[in-house]
Amino acid sequence: MAFVEKKLPADAPVAAKALNWVDSRFPLTKLWNDQWGNYYAPKNFNFWYIFGSLAMLVLVIQIVTGIFLVMHYKPDATLAFASVEYIMRDVPWGWLVRYMHSTGASAFFIIVYLHMTRALLYGSYRKPRELIWLFGFAIFLCLMGEAFMGYLLPWGQMSYWGAQVIVNLFGAIPFIGPDLSLWIRGDYVVSDATLNRFFAFHVIAIPLILLGLVAAHLIALHEVGSNNPDGIEVKDNLGPDGHPVDSIPSHPYYSVHDIFGVTVFLVIFSAVVFFAPEMGGYFLEYNNFIPADSLKTPPHIAPTWYFTPFYSILRATTTEFLYVVMAAVVGYVSLVYLKSKLPAIVKAGIAALGLLMIIGMMPFGLEAKFWGVVLFGSSVVILGALPWLDQSPAKSIRYRPEWHKYMFLLFGFAFVTLGYLGIQPPSPGRERLSQVCTVIYFGFFLLMPWWSTMGTFKPVPKRVTFSAH
Amino acid sequence: MKLIKKMIAVLAFVPVFALANEGGYPLDHAENRTTDLPALQNGAKLFVNYCLNCHSASAMRYNRLRDIGLTEDQIKANLLFTGDKVGDLMKNTMSAKDAKAWFGAVPPDLSVIARAKASGAGSGADWLYTYLRTYYKDDSRPTGWNNMVFPNVGMPHVLWELQGVRNAKFVEAEDPHEHGKMVHTFAGFETVSKGKLSETEFDSEVTDLVAYLQWMGEPSQNNRKRLGVFVVLFLAVLSVLAWRLNASYWKEVK
Repeated sequence: MAFVEKKLPADAPVAAKALNWVDSRFPLTKLWNDQWGNYYAPKNFNFWYIFGSLAMLVLVIQIVTGIFLVMHYKPDATLAFASVEYIMRDVPWGWLVRYMHSTGASAFFIIVYLHMTRALLYGSYRKPRELIWLFGFAIFLCLMGEAFMGYLLPWGQMSYWGAQVIVNLFGAIPFIGPDLSLWIRGDYVVSDATLNRFFAFHVIAIPLILLGLVAAHLIALHEVGSNNPDGIEVKDNLGPDGHPVDSIPSHPYYSVHDIFGVTVFLVIFSAVVFFAPEMGGYFLEYNNFIPADSLKTPPHIAPTWYFTPFYSILRATTTEFLYVVMAAVVGYVSLVYLKSKLPAIVKAGIAALGLLMIIGMMPFGLEAKFWGVVLFGSSVVILGALPWLDQSPAKSIRYRPEWHKYMFLLFGFAFVTLGYLGIQPPSPGRERLSQVCTVIYFGFFLLMPWWSTMGTFKPVPKRVTFSAH
Repeated sequence: MKLIKKMIAVLAFVPVFALANEGGYPLDHAENRTTDLPALQNGAKLFVNYCLNCHSASAMRYNRLRDIGLTEDQIKANLLFTGDKVGDLMKNTMSAKDAKAWFGAVPPDLSVIARAKASGAGSGADWLYTYLRTYYKDDSRPTGWNNMVFPNVGMPHVLWELQGVRNAKFVEAEDPHEHGKMVHTFAGFETVSKGKLSETEFDSEVTDLVAYLQWMGEPSQNNRKRLGVFVVLFLAVLSVLAWRLNASYWKEVK
């Protein structure tokens, strides 16, 4: 087809003509309209729906502050610590860029955890949004890797020893473990080689993957449309203009709504950056102001606060706890056989896996350290399975039995408790409590196919719950 | 799991006398003088005269002292000794090898010491303030000095002429946690010889030094807080405006 450029009248403004030139060669206006300007979203979004756009804002903050940090940071074991202090003191506004980046990292995790909570509350991962959830899960994994690698870069005591502990965990994997750890580290212990490769991953490799995954996450979202706090599919009820009656165009309504959300976030973010950047040692750990010393182990190695719930699960997996896990595996396999409608071959697969686990957990099998790593990994990976674990007839917590709310609260309490215990030094009492919370954590997910269908559900409305503002 | 347990077990053998790692010597609270320019200048004087011989502060430039009200000429005349230029970093000339041989450990760099010593027990300033004031005479140590906050420290009591010489009294007392068990407990200091300063004067001098160390840990801290007031205020006003703008648009949504 011959190239046809739309002709505007001669007295049209220059801007309109310029936009016309671009639109004839690149779908700029179409992109804007399809993705935001004319993209319809349910009108009943509440507080929980701000965290997606805030996550995108913090991603941009991290990238921009990261770029300025990389201009002055030196990724060399002998120069790294001093280069960070150089940024803090001699680079004009360097201290601000550094604090924005360190606060941004913690803010990112707070926002992402709240963003995931929204999905849990309203069933945003249910069909047809499973892929949005899976992309989001992949983003979460990349984010954890990104934060872990970024934390090594200041080359402080906690940077060094935290990396040492976590990379050593890979050594627990049978057969390939020690070689895998060696490959990751690039050396027999965490050293300059490790710093250099973690720098490459942190600065470009993972950010590129993250940007791709965020794009995929949003494309998948726009394909099916957003969920809402009532959990009803707004596209089931279309108006005469072809758009859902319960939806509104994102521009201007959600543009201006998200701007408000952003300003409130920036107030809190700035308060932290300017008045409490260390946040009592949680955002910038005190021990990390001591340069890394491979000969001096800190008395108390703890990961940064956002990893502590999963770290607690790792620490909870002692040799004694393995007996509890074995009993749970037996119980779970029996439950699957007696009470699930899965195809026979899947049931057989689960039983085989269970048998392998039990054999592996026996005293003659693999040590607790390995199973700790397995549970540590599983506690994250199980999030990916949520769309298939949740069998509730109602998507949103609003229309589920009242006691389901207590299940969520119990899970939340277990998660936060695990987080708190991960910060503390270990003790027999804390070990027991973290084991109980581990059971609650895994029980919440693994038993969900059953408990999510139990109880009296409330009738789900046809139209969203919305009161005029 | 086992590795972490091993590492913690190894450290349990570090002799800490009767003081458990969790307990430690209770820290005194250091008065905050980080906005008091004369105090900071006095602290800078004490730091250069007493600390910079063994310790370095290799992230700190001499001319940054302009931020606490000193001119370059004043810095050059009073605080520069080693032939450094005023724009140079506060490095020292003691080699790590010599330091290890003389003291048993390399004196740590003090640039961010006030940030590094913070913990649940108190701020870094509290730690430094208590540490510098709890030295006592101990002939069993190579330097002849020991310290309540940092037992068996390799550093001698640099400020001894100002504080004077003191002994620490230890008594056998019953362990408050374990009935019947006798434990070596600290029971106060006793003066052997007086120093140039009285106790309150000495405490004030140390407070000035600690204020300087706190300031040196993050020289932009006062600027940061001052700017923060304007930034947060501005954003708060902006949020109110954004809130009302949002409300005005959403009135149209039925």
